Amino acid sequence: MGNTSSMLTQYDIEELQEHCNHAFSQQEIVSLYHRFCQLDRNGSGFIPGDEFLSVPEFAVNPLSQRLLRMLDGLNFKEFVAFLSAFSPRTSLQHKIEFIFRVYDFDSNGRVTFDDILCGLRDLTGSFISEQQRQKVLTRVLEEAGYTKDSSLVLSDFMKILGNSDLKMEVEVPID
Amino acid sequence: MAGLGSSSSEMDLDRLNIEEYLTVESIRESPRKLHLRDLLDISPTLKEAAGAIVDDSFTRCFKSNPPEPWNWNVYLFPLWCLGVVIRYGILFPLRVTILAAGWIAFFSAFLPVHFLLGDHNKLRQKVERKLVEMICSVFVASWTGVIKYHGPRPSIRPQQVFVANHTSMIDFIILEQMTAFAVIMQKHPGWVGFIQKTILESVGCIWFNRTESKDREIVARKLREHTQGVDKNPVLIFPEGTCVNNHYTVMFKKGAFELGCAVCPVAIKYNKIFVDAFWNSKKQSFTMHLVQLMTSWAVVCDVWYLEPQYIRPGETPIEFAERVRDMISIRAGLKKVPWDGYLKYFRPSPKLIERKQQIFAESVLQRLEEK
Repeated sequence: MGNTSSMLTQYDIEELQEHCNHAFSQQEIVSLYHRFCQLDRNGSGFIPGDEFLSVPEFAVNPLSQRLLRMLDGLNFKEFVAFLSAFSPRTSLQHKIEFIFRVYDFDSNGRVTFDDILCGLRDLTGSFISEQQRQKVLTRVLEEAGYTKDSSLVLSDFMKILGNSDLKMEVEVPID
Repeated sequence: MAGLGSSSSEMDLDRLNIEEYLTVESIRESPRKLHLRDLLDISPTLKEAAGAIVDDSFTRCFKSNPPEPWNWNVYLFPLWCLGVVIRYGILFPLRVTILAAGWIAFFSAFLPVHFLLGDHNKLRQKVERKLVEMICSVFVASWTGVIKYHGPRPSIRPQQVFVANHTSMIDFIILEQMTAFAVIMQKHPGWVGFIQKTILESVGCIWFNRTESKDREIVARKLREHTQGVDKNPVLIFPEGTCVNNHYTVMFKKGAFELGCAVCPVAIKYNKIFVDAFWNSKKQSFTMHLVQLMTSWAVVCDVWYLEPQYIRPGETPIEFAERVRDMISIRAGLKKVPWDGYLKYFRPSPKLIERKQQIFAESVLQRLEEK
């Protein structure tokens, strides 16, 4: 127990705001810190993957395993940076970059046919056959002017997703 | 998903209905031609995940709220200190004495009755019933329980079950002091388990272990037998299956709602002015929980006995359970969440992920076919 917010000084908060390009207000950062401490039950400074999975709403997400690889072992600063993609104040470009990173599993800066297929597999599970998945993906890639062998870079993602309205805003509760 | 799969098999009995509770969210409307953009846009799913990381309704259900100390200025501080001295130095020992005296009186009457009178003796049943009610009143007195009961007092008759929302084991004590219910509850270790086995069995209570699927079948059978009996004590069930912090209600287990008898809802709302009555069993033993209650000024609580409900023609047990949950939630001012309380002990089943995958897969296939 005790008052955990006292552990974040004004300097800390400002530094965190700087780090995430002011995606969060100071109060939001304090709120996130409470949440971080709540999930970091051992007080080790990072949240083990198991703890995320004990949140049922997260565990039932089809992308949970994929996101877990990005989340595992983050300290608070990185945790805030991770979530900053979901702030209303963050630019569309940053959000698309985030989506790109989710697809770019080996983080080599390129998203290949297999990377997208892998993501699609997480999203559709056993409800589409592997052949169907490949067929669908090949077709839409060709329609968009790519081939099965082309690998997409960040600027391609910008072009593809740049005009769509991404629904990626999460409100941080302030109490 | 290996970790998720392992525990799910034995829980399937209850899992069966969690999917029926969750509503199908936004299946993407207007079918149009599938573009690469639509395939790559995973923002709704990511948003859901991030939302759950930032805040989730499940964890909120089990968050205990420590009482705010009101010693924040120089005038109040000495008063608050005086309060601490009175609560710990005078009230607590006094209450322990009352509790001890209560137990001595209880045992000196219970043991002879229990062992001298025969098993099916009417007198014995009556005396034991009264004694259990008595010891529960002693418990309530030991935290200066200020409890207001609204609505008609339950009566003993067959074909009815009482269901209540669950905050702490003291719910049971509070209800039991008015009427000797036969309760269905989790088996506990330690002295609580001892009382369960020796005393509470005499009023017809049924104990089970949450993790044993075999236990659950036995409970279902016993429950059916019990509700048919004529002079049995009324059955009380906490269909949430776990303690919730009295701000929310989690999903009701459907067991109580498929017996075909009258379901009498009981709503319990605690006033947190002096102490939070939520028992966070993962953080605190029941003994420590009682000590916490016994060192507070009082436990203030409202109990409403609501109108008996019957399953409507064409209504499934789950819909019936939801209807009763609505009544209790509205009366006690609690928020409903679509989660199974057992998720405190087990991971959600992979079926829930599959459901989301199915929705996405269908929207992809549908749009592909239209070409």
